[in-house]
Amino acid sequence: MTGSTLLRRIAPQLLTLAAVIVLVSIYYPAFYQIVYVNDRLVGIPIDVIKRGAPVALLAIGMTLVIATRGIDLSVGAVMAICGASAAWSIDQGYGIGAALGIAGAAGLVCGLWNGVLVAFFGIQPIVATLILMVAGRGVAQLITGGTILTFDSDTFAFLGSGTMIGVPVPTVIWILTGIGFGLLVRRTALGLLVESIGVNLRASTLAGINSRVLLIAVYMGSGFCAALAGVIATADIRGADANNAGLWLELDAILAVVIGGNSLLGGRFSILASLLGAMIIQTINTGILLAGFPSEFNLVIKAVLVIVILVLQSPRFMPYLELLASRFKRSSVTRLEAGE
Amino acid sequence: MNIRALPLYATIAIFLLAYLICYMQFPAMLSTRVIGNLLTDNAYLGIVAVGMTVVIISGGIDLSVGSVIAFSGVFIAVLLRETGMHPLAAFALLLAITTLFGAAMGGMIHLLAMPPFIVTLAGMFLARGAGYMLTIDSVPIDHAFYETMQRAYYLMPGKGRLTLLGVTMLASVILGMILLHRTKFGTNVYAIGGGEATARLMGVAVGRTTVLIYAFSGFMAGLAGIVFSVYTSAGYPLATVGVELNAIAAVVIGGTLLTGGSGYMFGTLIGVLTMGLIQTYIVFDGTLSSWWTKIVIGALLLMFILLQKGLLRLRISH
Amino acid sequence: MLLSTRDLTKSFPGTIALDRVNFGLKAGEVHALLGENGAGKSTLIKCLTGAYRRDSGDILFEGKPIFPQSTLEAQAIGIGTVYQEVNLLPNLTVAENLTLGHQPTRFGMIRPRAMQALAQEMLAGYGLDIDVRRPLESYSVAVQQIVAIARAVHLSGRVLILDEPTASLDAREVQMLFDVVRDLRGRGLGIIFISHFLDQVFEISDSLTILRNGRHIATHPAADVDRMQLITLMLGRELEEETSVRYRPEVTGTSADAIRFTGVGRRGRIAPFDLTVRKGEVIGMAGLLGSGRTESAEVLFGAVPSDSGTVEDANGAVDLRNPRSAIAAGFAFAPEDRKTDGIIAELSVRENIILALQARQGWARPIPQAEQQRMADDYIARLDIRTPDAEKPVGLLSGGNQQKVILARWLATNPRFLILDEPTRGIDVGAHAEILRLIEDVVAQGMSILVISSELEELVAVSHRVIVVRDRRHVSELTGADVSPDTILRAIAAPHTTLEAMA
Repeated sequence: MTGSTLLRRIAPQLLTLAAVIVLVSIYYPAFYQIVYVNDRLVGIPIDVIKRGAPVALLAIGMTLVIATRGIDLSVGAVMAICGASAAWSIDQGYGIGAALGIAGAAGLVCGLWNGVLVAFFGIQPIVATLILMVAGRGVAQLITGGTILTFDSDTFAFLGSGTMIGVPVPTVIWILTGIGFGLLVRRTALGLLVESIGVNLRASTLAGINSRVLLIAVYMGSGFCAALAGVIATADIRGADANNAGLWLELDAILAVVIGGNSLLGGRFSILASLLGAMIIQTINTGILLAGFPSEFNLVIKAVLVIVILVLQSPRFMPYLELLASRFKRSSVTRLEAGE
Repeated sequence: MNIRALPLYATIAIFLLAYLICYMQFPAMLSTRVIGNLLTDNAYLGIVAVGMTVVIISGGIDLSVGSVIAFSGVFIAVLLRETGMHPLAAFALLLAITTLFGAAMGGMIHLLAMPPFIVTLAGMFLARGAGYMLTIDSVPIDHAFYETMQRAYYLMPGKGRLTLLGVTMLASVILGMILLHRTKFGTNVYAIGGGEATARLMGVAVGRTTVLIYAFSGFMAGLAGIVFSVYTSAGYPLATVGVELNAIAAVVIGGTLLTGGSGYMFGTLIGVLTMGLIQTYIVFDGTLSSWWTKIVIGALLLMFILLQKGLLRLRISH
Repeated sequence: MLLSTRDLTKSFPGTIALDRVNFGLKAGEVHALLGENGAGKSTLIKCLTGAYRRDSGDILFEGKPIFPQSTLEAQAIGIGTVYQEVNLLPNLTVAENLTLGHQPTRFGMIRPRAMQALAQEMLAGYGLDIDVRRPLESYSVAVQQIVAIARAVHLSGRVLILDEPTASLDAREVQMLFDVVRDLRGRGLGIIFISHFLDQVFEISDSLTILRNGRHIATHPAADVDRMQLITLMLGRELEEETSVRYRPEVTGTSADAIRFTGVGRRGRIAPFDLTVRKGEVIGMAGLLGSGRTESAEVLFGAVPSDSGTVEDANGAVDLRNPRSAIAAGFAFAPEDRKTDGIIAELSVRENIILALQARQGWARPIPQAEQQRMADDYIARLDIRTPDAEKPVGLLSGGNQQKVILARWLATNPRFLILDEPTRGIDVGAHAEILRLIEDVVAQGMSILVISSELEELVAVSHRVIVVRDRRHVSELTGADVSPDTILRAIAAPHTTLEAMA
């Protein structure tokens, strides 16, 4: 993708983010202030990119899943499982490396489970991932023993609350993960193949794409992102809360992907746009608090946002929008071939 | 044998088997007292699952119901606190609101041709947010009429209490059965779930039916909200988080096909009771932890989803 | 005339689907509507039933012009339709399917007994003895078809359109259905019958109307036409015409380096067959729609893997478990239905072209951007793909250009065996000639090709030999001087195999 097409792709998200920031700063002019104290950057924008980390991470995996015309409802529960696994490992005296390894493996196993149900059993993604969404939190509680499993490891806590050259570690993690996944899908052919099975699974299989394995890999990627998010959430509060870790974050992650302009019907995707979507959501969350509104408004605003996006994405609404756009543009309208 | 009824028989068999196991371990579980509590404790879930059954058989899903229950409790509590309104009037007002809310979602699903999942997700946020905007605290309800309702019960032989709440749930299930199995609307719901395009070709008013389906679900969620507020004597906007998931699970465990077109209202009742039974067993056992409920429900979900998938293959190969 | 059309015209962007078609159906007759894919049969039916709105011309019902806007309106006027895929709901009971929308009720509640009685009454006279309380899906497709007919007749009652009703029925079930059709004819209904089974057409029809390329070709009493004449009319070739010059390059390969399929087939789709494909050979496959042509191609490519037989080449056994292994073995397949099986509509021309090659190389070895660009530009130029640039979503191109993109996709993998299912259908004359020229080019370079086509001239022009498929088996193979439109027609038309049969 060249620079200009990329910019055109993410322009709506950038504009929305800018608008939200301007709106917030009207109520809270000190929004832009960032200071450097005690070796760390402090300020509202820094807070946004730190707190937005779990949703941003989930949105990375969710973008790929949605690109295949799927959905992963289980990521919140997977976060809880992986956070609990990590905390348990630390608690058992394993090193931090082992803890991270176990958490990551747990995420991948969860993804494998979902992927097998979708790719081999042919169960609709929403149905298949519902099972883990329901049972996953029970599994997490099983690991923590029903309590908030606290641990004492400054190295592990560093992942949640530390900083690297002033930047919060969770921010570093989601940005690196985003770049990593971005490179993985765009520097290899994975992105193209994922888009291809999302648009037309049958034709893609006939063209020789191994769609089953690809689907499973995508769900495993989503599970891995959830594992990272779970580790951060656990490290941040120095404890694994099986009940509340990642609660309803799957919905925020889906919302981030949708705000990122990715179609729920699969196909073309942009991880960067989804990450911007996650930041838009977090800016709204933070902004509502800053602006002195009660946090109760948060959900209502999200709801309105979803509805607006739905209307804009609606297949029935599209023709009107295109008509409007064609009035602005003098150039010839692309002619869609009618059904034969 | 009717292959579509197979999941229903499986549901009933599993429930009876589970009850038998419970009984062999804790003979006290076979008492009208336990049965009465089972009905009362799960009344709100059962009622909301009736609405969810209709939605799911039509091939849709309604994620908003948990939030609507919480909103209902808060709405009633605040209304009773701020005005001298009689609870019954508050109930009527509430049911009108939740029914309209459901109808609006159904309208959007139809008009925008968008997946019910995402439309009702917006509804979920909206209802929860509306609850928060009324209050963020738990608002106690202190009204003589509430006490009357809570005390209303029929003493079954064996000292079990068949409460008003339990009866409301059973009545809702019966209403649901009549609606689903004995009205044109019900047949239209199955028709849309069986194939929307075909249903339209056969003359089913798909748009109108879709609006009615979600309106009914909204109504049942409102009724569940009323029952829940009587059950807890309070309204709390953070209550009943995740109830939509439990309701969906109950419907699926009750033998309804999650992709629509097949299922029975009676199965949903059994599904709700099965879920309640698991909880009761864990309480009786005392050593088992509550999270086993979720794991067992997940396992049951998996079993029924695979069973349905297997039956589908069987039907196709016919 | 019960139902007739006058100069009925309907066009879609780029094609005229119906060109001033005149058609007339009398009461008390079964009138077969015949033509190959794209002839305009389904467009005509959709105009009659209100699913499409016509551009011009008239539809007359009992002499009066009608303007149905939907299938429901057409039904109310008196025109009922039963499609190939049963257009009822398998999850509802038979009674519910029959009475949906007009169930007898009391106080808003359905009266099950009255509903069942009504259903029984609607089914009376169809010779069915079934329990109307059971789900429709518990009965065979034949019973489902008859239930669909009962509903259509009950609701409309004058004209019945049967669109490929016998496609998934066995012989006994077809007779059951035909008894019903004859009975309805006796009751004075006008029945339009669409089928690609010619035996059945001759058995049941009183009149025949043939469409080709959106035009009305002929209408005859069924008794006045034989199979040969009918097929000639459908495929559009005069028998008297002598074969034009055939292009036949030498087959460069020997039987040693050939791909040998022995006894491959798939139960219920295509009977086991043998096939030897030599290097640089073009094998034509002829047969009417639904004869088993596409099913053969799917087995050869592993899209629907064979459940019998072996495949071997000079290096031993060839794995054709799925398309991926077939592609690895150097096979390629351009399917008949471009939209659902071919193009990835949202992706660009460039991405569609490199897709199969990329899939074969694996995700970890991406084709460099510059190389992709070069390949795309190269094929756009070589195949004359009309697109503003390589980045245009392929779904926005015309059908012929989409077909060329799919050909480019396969040529990019440099296959040794290319299967083309109706490569020239629905594309304009210019593109048509280009695709034929292309086939000659690649064969000259040693590629082997299997071409499936309804256009006999085309087959004769490019093929070294032609396999004829009928009733889901390979019935004969024509070689050398035998490859001519006449012989192919005869082989397709022969009611029972008398020509040399392939085991």
